Amino acid sequence: MPDVQALVNDFVLKIKRRKIEGSQATAKHTAELLRQVVSQQRITYTNQAASLIDAVKAVGEQLIEANPVELAIGNIVRRVLHMIREENVSSAMSAVEELALGSDDDEAEHDNRMGLSAAAVAAAARSTLRAPSLQTLLEDIPDSATAPHPPSSGGDSEGKNKSAAESSSRNKKLKHDVIEAINELIQEIDTCHELISAQAVEHIHQNEVILTLGHSRTVKEFLFAANEKKRSFRVFVAEGAPRYQGHVLAKELVGKGLQTTVITDSAVFAMISRVNMVIVGAHAIMANGGVIAPVGINMVALAAQRHAVPFVVLADCMDYGQLGDSPPIRVENPAFDYVAPKLVSLFITDMGGHSPSYVYRLIADYYSAEDLVVRRKSAP
Amino acid sequence: MEPRRPPRTVSDPKVRQVGFVTPAAAPPARTVSDTAAMPAAGASQELPLSGSSLSPVMIPPPRHDGLSARVTAPVPVPIAATALRLDNLQIRVGSYNQSEVLLGTPPMTSPSSRVEDAVSEFSDDVSASSLYGRTEPDKVGTAFPGRSGDLMPAKSVVAGGSIGGSHTPENPPTTSLVVKTLPGITEKKRGMLEKQHDEAAAPKPLKEKTTKAERRALQEAQRAAKSAAKEGGGADPTNTKKDKVVKPTPQKKDVPEVAASSGKKVDRPLEKERKKEVLPLRMQFDDKHKVEKVKQRAIVNQREAKSRVEFFQRLPQYVHGTQLQELEAKFFQLDAVHPSVYKVGLHHLSGKITGGNARCIAMLLAFKEAIKDYSTPPEKALVRDLNAKISGFVSFLIECRPLSISMGNAIKFLKNRIAKLPLSMSELDAKASIQSDIDRFINQKIIIADKVIVRHAFAKIRDGDVLLTYGLSSVVEMILVYAHEHKKKFRIVIVDSRPKHEGQILLRRLVAKGLNCTYTHINAISYIMHEVTRVFLGAASVLSNGTVYSRVGTACVAMVAKAYRVPVLICCEAYKFHERVQLDSICFNELGDPDAILKVPTHVESYLYGCMDNDNLQLLNLNYDATPSDYVSMIITDYGMLPPTSVPVIMREYDPQNLWI
Repeated sequence: MPDVQALVNDFVLKIKRRKIEGSQATAKHTAELLRQVVSQQRITYTNQAASLIDAVKAVGEQLIEANPVELAIGNIVRRVLHMIREENVSSAMSAVEELALGSDDDEAEHDNRMGLSAAAVAAAARSTLRAPSLQTLLEDIPDSATAPHPPSSGGDSEGKNKSAAESSSRNKKLKHDVIEAINELIQEIDTCHELISAQAVEHIHQNEVILTLGHSRTVKEFLFAANEKKRSFRVFVAEGAPRYQGHVLAKELVGKGLQTTVITDSAVFAMISRVNMVIVGAHAIMANGGVIAPVGINMVALAAQRHAVPFVVLADCMDYGQLGDSPPIRVENPAFDYVAPKLVSLFITDMGGHSPSYVYRLIADYYSAEDLVVRRKSAP
Repeated sequence: MEPRRPPRTVSDPKVRQVGFVTPAAAPPARTVSDTAAMPAAGASQELPLSGSSLSPVMIPPPRHDGLSARVTAPVPVPIAATALRLDNLQIRVGSYNQSEVLLGTPPMTSPSSRVEDAVSEFSDDVSASSLYGRTEPDKVGTAFPGRSGDLMPAKSVVAGGSIGGSHTPENPPTTSLVVKTLPGITEKKRGMLEKQHDEAAAPKPLKEKTTKAERRALQEAQRAAKSAAKEGGGADPTNTKKDKVVKPTPQKKDVPEVAASSGKKVDRPLEKERKKEVLPLRMQFDDKHKVEKVKQRAIVNQREAKSRVEFFQRLPQYVHGTQLQELEAKFFQLDAVHPSVYKVGLHHLSGKITGGNARCIAMLLAFKEAIKDYSTPPEKALVRDLNAKISGFVSFLIECRPLSISMGNAIKFLKNRIAKLPLSMSELDAKASIQSDIDRFINQKIIIADKVIVRHAFAKIRDGDVLLTYGLSSVVEMILVYAHEHKKKFRIVIVDSRPKHEGQILLRRLVAKGLNCTYTHINAISYIMHEVTRVFLGAASVLSNGTVYSRVGTACVAMVAKAYRVPVLICCEAYKFHERVQLDSICFNELGDPDAILKVPTHVESYLYGCMDNDNLQLLNLNYDATPSDYVSMIITDYGMLPPTSVPVIMREYDPQNLWI
């Protein structure tokens, strides 16, 4: 698949040259690229999901290496991998059910075996995908030993030999489903801001004073949304050295008729006592509820805590990532800050507001545990 | 401070009142002028209840003790005596005017009198009085009748004021920075003389205004009853007196309001009490009326920043540095301002001299120069005229840039010294003494103090330390260089911030001396703080609640250091301590040039280019912020190393005004 490789190289170059910036743009481009990868992937008859996963992983690895700090890439790769597994399991399950229906006339023992297998697959699927309900918990207990079956091996016992045609159609369906899911993901990335900014009116009230630092598209749209609802409020924008993106944000806000005051970063502490709420965008959100955000945010968060000002993080859907609490990234001229979860009052995501302690659960919804490390092998 | 305490402990107002009438207070009054004391006594008999109304006569001495005993005690009395013993009304008027000129409204006398807004508050009457100041004695004589006519309303005001002290609401705005910097002696002296003058004229108005007297008596009684419950009730009259005494001259404008509002005396004792304690308020720039007046007098017509931030309406918002050329052009017209002072003012305005110590030293040296060239005009006393002169300089400097607290304290010291000069001293000696005082102040309070601080701080630096500092502080620089010279092995992290980038200057100097430096911007502070073992910061002032008032960003650095459990050491000379308190950085601050924010180093053209005229866009460039005391581990001063809670103790025990040389 040379054409895909060319696309990947092109994209990697763009990332390295910082032609594509911002988590949203990067995420969208990554998703589109992966969609290409999936659609170009030749269909093999056996173990198609595994080959898809391998292909996506291979590409993902290159992308992540291109810019290890841009976590959105890794997150999207993980999302896609997760979707492939999800689709595979669901199609396997449907196949198993079909088989189970078709083999009704067979021996009881055979039937029993198949039934057990199907149950195992279903349990495995549930345990990886769905929220643990009381019922699944009960079901899981007897089968816990058999649960760790690789889901992709679920359908290879007998059904595939019986009807190769059926299997191939199923594979085609899998690929189709994955592409569909990626399309949905792209759409989600597009609409994410709208979902977040729709909540603006619930959080911004009349005559509030809001402080933000640097530039974030999510924050901008959030403030616009509140402004459109005829809420009059005042925004302090810290300029956000060393990139001074705050000036860009200020210009955009002023253009929309918002009362905007540009302050230096050093004046954050001085002004925070008159601020009602701090709203910032995140670069990435850790599973422990910590935030990686443009440099300077930690200072703002500490000041906000000192003055008991709510510190709200607007979290894009592609921002979640990174399990564990990693310390701030070591870069020469630091571009990012790590904000400890205790400093964050609230995460506003496209699914509503969440407290920092709940983030781990959101992440579990998006990613599979197997994909935490995208690299296939540690040693090549 | 000492003398002030006993009166407060006297809780019984009666005791206090006795104190007024009896020997304690009476002698000064008598020494001043028998003629003056007698009518006052008569008045007291007439108005038995309004005992305090006479107290103005007697009270000033205790009050002087309270604020600056040594100063006022010797000076005003002899002068007043000489003036008043001449018993001639005309002369007295002349002396009054002269004294007023010398003491109370010094700047008014100078042709280019652009003084504090307090002066600007003065209405027509005031300008009239200032006119007296300028007129020849004989002319004064002719003018006197009008003046005495003026006196009537003044007296009535006095009555209202003494009862209620209802100026208090009016007061804060009128007293301004400059007033604050004056030791308050001038006020008192003026007050004294004013009183005597009043007394001389008192009998008539009192008799005429019996209704007023009755009312006053009634109010007095009510107030006495009220204050009986409260300690310091006795102290109030003094306070009122002060108001009364100070106000009538400059502030005829207040009069009607005062009289009218005399009905709401209920909360007055409280207010008065507070007033006594509270420092004079600063000029509030959101008061349009006053700002207008100040502008009329201003030499430096600074362009106002277009968009004001709501929170900071009351601070002067100017675009700095735009008026330089205009000012330079005016140079030859401003004969009132000494060239050296003028130069310093321009340096402050242009930002050539920055930093509390540097500005203070530059100012003092300029004053020294000005004093060297000074000669007392005929028929004026050096003490008063020089004080007036200095006030004029100070108001010029304020126009160039608001005073730093260090400068304010230095001016207070200087005026204190001038006021304390014995009258018998020859002009030459007096000038020499003041000049040597200035030298000693610079030497002891700044240079030696810095050396002591450096020694103290040096003890806190260990090998292998990573020291963080923020911006450019002269003391911290000395500490680092000293430690380096003494072979300490340490690394320095210099944190800097926009728009001044003072840290780059420090970086250059230190690197040139071979120190190992890391340079970063303030946003990266949480990143760099991991490796830091000590934070050394300079301060513009330490306020008496332990709050550190310093360049903007200091609070952020201290906060992050605290979060990472790194000790924060503030280096500040004790002369910068100030008894004011502040909880946040909004209440008082200085605004820098907003346009400085626009220029972004990495981009040639500002991002904000094109929307500068939009009303919605405001740029805020703060110069200072207040660091809460709990972020501060230690304050290193010339008196030693202290926790921030000990600052008020230092200020009490080593009261600068008492200890200064």
